Amino acid sequence: MPEAKLTSPGQKKPLWRRIAGHHLFLPLLCLIVVLLSNLIKTPDFFAITIQNGMLRGYVIDVVNRASELVILAVGMTLVTAASGGQDISVGAVMAVSAAVCCQMLSGGEVSVTTFSNPLILAVLAALLASALCGAFNGFLVAKMHIQPMVATLILYTAGRGIAQLVTNGQITYVRVDAYKMWGSALPGLLFPVPVFFAIAVVLIVSLVLKKTALGLYIESVGINGNASRLVGLNGTKIKWITYIICGILAGIAGFVSSARIYSADANNIGLNLEMDAILAVALGGNILGGGKFSLAGSVIGAYTIQALTTTLYAMNVSSDQLPVYKAVVVIIIVVLQSPTAQKLIATQRLHHAANRIARQTGGDNT
Amino acid sequence: MKTLKRPRNLSATGFLLIVTIGLFVLMYAAGMLAFSGQGFAKPQMFLNLFISNAGLIVISCGMTLVMITGGIDISVGSVTALVCMVVAYQMERNGASAFTAILFALGIGLAFGIVQGFLVAYLDIQPFIVSLAGLFFGRGMTAIVSTDMISIKNETFLAWAKYQIYLPFGSTNKKGIYQPAYIYPTVIVALLVVLFIFILLRYTKFGRKVYAIGGNQQSALMMGLNVRRTKFEAYLLDGFLAGLGGFLFALNSCAGFVEQAKGLEMDAISSSVIGGTLLSGGVGNPIGTLFGVLIKGTISSLITTQGTLSSWWVRIALSALLCFFIVLQSIITSRKQKQR
Repeated sequence: MPEAKLTSPGQKKPLWRRIAGHHLFLPLLCLIVVLLSNLIKTPDFFAITIQNGMLRGYVIDVVNRASELVILAVGMTLVTAASGGQDISVGAVMAVSAAVCCQMLSGGEVSVTTFSNPLILAVLAALLASALCGAFNGFLVAKMHIQPMVATLILYTAGRGIAQLVTNGQITYVRVDAYKMWGSALPGLLFPVPVFFAIAVVLIVSLVLKKTALGLYIESVGINGNASRLVGLNGTKIKWITYIICGILAGIAGFVSSARIYSADANNIGLNLEMDAILAVALGGNILGGGKFSLAGSVIGAYTIQALTTTLYAMNVSSDQLPVYKAVVVIIIVVLQSPTAQKLIATQRLHHAANRIARQTGGDNT
Repeated sequence: MKTLKRPRNLSATGFLLIVTIGLFVLMYAAGMLAFSGQGFAKPQMFLNLFISNAGLIVISCGMTLVMITGGIDISVGSVTALVCMVVAYQMERNGASAFTAILFALGIGLAFGIVQGFLVAYLDIQPFIVSLAGLFFGRGMTAIVSTDMISIKNETFLAWAKYQIYLPFGSTNKKGIYQPAYIYPTVIVALLVVLFIFILLRYTKFGRKVYAIGGNQQSALMMGLNVRRTKFEAYLLDGFLAGLGGFLFALNSCAGFVEQAKGLEMDAISSSVIGGTLLSGGVGNPIGTLFGVLIKGTISSLITTQGTLSSWWVRIALSALLCFFIVLQSIITSRKQKQR
């Protein structure tokens, strides 16, 4: 569409239209609506107090609890953009990473009060395990050309079993303050530690995408695999890399979430979080079929979901009933994103534009 | 009007089917040799595979149908939980009869089928995302109906559930008393569904359309087939079968609770894949799916009979098998593409 011709030169679009047309407008609007809706029931929702040198309040709670989801959503965005499918094994990979980490720290005991191995070694082992999981998924998707959701179904089913195997079917506790602090608070910091993990991951990944051409490569492979192969991009390698990154990020999320409860609960760590991560990507305005992506959108999406969860809890909705509301949100989003709805909106816009041109040219003639 | 020609990829189907059946026979024979003392060789043990998996067989048939069109439905586990819960709740708390319960079960299944089919077929939304929402919705609705565990005590219902149909063969137990082998009515329903889907896919216009759409949606459209409608009908039938399967599941478990049938969708998908259904669509067969379910059942009964291995080994073994079949399929598909 010759969009530029429709608006005459020198005459800028009105400000609100430029804001509304921004790709982050809808995700941000969703987040604000969800947050504001809390005021009805809890007027002191935005109140923030300082206790023991830490900020406390509902909003801080949302930001804190969303940390793992933000980390997962970043990985999920890359995978979605490159391969046009989602990695449904991230929750299980979190469990594997947590199990490996705690098992290394406890040295095989059920509950310990001192580290058996240095923390850094345990974390590296956990990240290695999750990178391996990611590489396995990437191999099936990139090399064997299997649909991403089905390829990752294997680890989705097996992952928690493997995690149980690592911990011998027990819940391994690491009751060491040096471990607990990664999931709670550090003296001198205003925010809980997981928040910094989320910020660091977002910053590092977006820097890497901006400073290298990886972001561009991922988008081009996602938009048209054949065309990007013809210009000399190795699509297989790029897809594989995104799955490995996604695996490592899931590993980090697993570490954070096990540090929160200072244990490795293979059955419950990251349970259903893969669904939330996919939802975050969709909420952020990213197309689930791959191609162009917005990391910021996914991050906002992740915070929106956590805000929604906290809001519903505040409204006395039990955790079992939560999925119903999430399902309604998913359906609304995907219906709005669907090709049919998009076509409808596009025709509406065209009509508007045509009317405006007709009016303008009509005015010139007289 | 002439019926459509069979697709040419039947050789691939045949090969995958043979691999599946061979694997099942091999596994069962190994089980009989290793655990003959624990009654693995008794005919009842074999029939128990059908009895405990009757619901899964029906649900997997629906899954196969949807997967042949190139789609997927991951909501079936939640639908099963919702059906069990509603059936239990209506009979125990609202005093509904067992016949009304059947209507509720089928109605829930049809409702899911209609909504999901509409979203997938007419709004072109990815099936995975649609049924993901269905999964959330079903599980959440189950909790909204009730968070208690409701066990079913309705007499008609229990009479159906425990009605033993004796077969003309059996075995002697340790005391030397002859015990005829038996099945429950659920098994007959499940086998009838397999037969129905088999005939539907193989000998009716609808079935050939389903294969054509799964093989290549664009060419099916060019041939003048109503792609949207056929897809919608496939999802509708899948929803119906999920409702029916859920009811059979309820007959087997005689209870309804929120955590029920968690992960059942993955069992259904892996059974279809192991049974030779291609994930990319266009190839599949309910007979293969039946054997896929039986393989899954054999793995779990092998591991429970063995005794020392923990239950998560079932999951790991099943995933390993799933991985093997997916890779096998991938090789077959890429070879077929090279031949062209």
